[in-house]
Amino acid sequence: MWQALHEELRDRNFVVIAVALDKSAEEARPWIEKAAPTYPVLIDTQHVLPDLYNIVNVPTALWIDERGRIVRPNDVVFGTDTFKHITNLESAKPLAAVRAWVRGETAGFAPAETRALQTLPTALDQQARAEFGLAEWLARHGKRDAAERHFVRAGELAPHDFTIRRGSMPIRGIDPMGPQFREMLQTWVGGGRPYYRPLPDTRG
Amino acid sequence: MTFTLIDQGRVGTVPASVEGGRVRLSADALRAALGWELHDATLCNDAMCVPLPAGSRLGEGGVFDLGEVAATLDRPLALDADEGAAYLGVSAGERAQALGSLIAPDFTLPDLAGRPHTLSSYRGKKMLLVAWASW
Repeated sequence: MWQALHEELRDRNFVVIAVALDKSAEEARPWIEKAAPTYPVLIDTQHVLPDLYNIVNVPTALWIDERGRIVRPNDVVFGTDTFKHITNLESAKPLAAVRAWVRGETAGFAPAETRALQTLPTALDQQARAEFGLAEWLARHGKRDAAERHFVRAGELAPHDFTIRRGSMPIRGIDPMGPQFREMLQTWVGGGRPYYRPLPDTRG
Repeated sequence: MTFTLIDQGRVGTVPASVEGGRVRLSADALRAALGWELHDATLCNDAMCVPLPAGSRLGEGGVFDLGEVAATLDRPLALDADEGAAYLGVSAGERAQALGSLIAPDFTLPDLAGRPHTLSSYRGKKMLLVAWASW
């Protein structure tokens, strides 16, 4: 996770805020207890953060400056190289960029650049999030079949949103690392669509 | 019937009639559940007013169709008439405007111990805001 980065830079007026998009605190607990973070790790079972920031997969990170302004929009930032053999994305480059920014060696993006790099939600994205919100409530109230209809509908409306398509799997009793996920991923990537969408300077 | 209406995550119940997949609320129910009232062909809450589109029959006979309310407010509505529940989300336009302002949208969420944290309370520091998951 991001413990090493947080500890290294905490005396430089920096904080990591991590938000777990999980079915319940219990799903996230083993990961959090293992990482023993000294930064806040929050639990977001109802996907407040994806709705506010148009987040469609994890991990997704943004830079926010001292004035509360976004200076680097949604990017793929891994805290470690644990999944590098699967993701083909190294953690070193984005973490080095965070360090340089926190130390004041580089600035974030200017407002116009930040806006140009943002992906803004469409009406379909927001309809999908409403369907997810209803499904999550139905599931929490034991209405499994009804919940399933709305989870499926949400995924159809926003097929690129893996916080919905994969993130709903544990709620629906589906293994999020299992055959249904692998089939979904293969179909998606096989169609030439990326599962992770890093910003150009992270990718390049 | 008693209908569950979730307004951006806030859950309320309201009396409603459900017929043919449509959900109809009274003016009182609309105000109680969502805070909107109709005056002179304009829907208003505490913060703002939205004019009804030309030809709208919203509120005719004191009846408010929930789907039409959502459409008038330009908000996404997920509805399960059989289960008597609906979720009213936030429009793409409103979210896009907020993100385009570059002011980090604020939120409050609990940690593992249930203690609430508000993003803006960390203002004054540089922040890396990271979404992750066990999946």
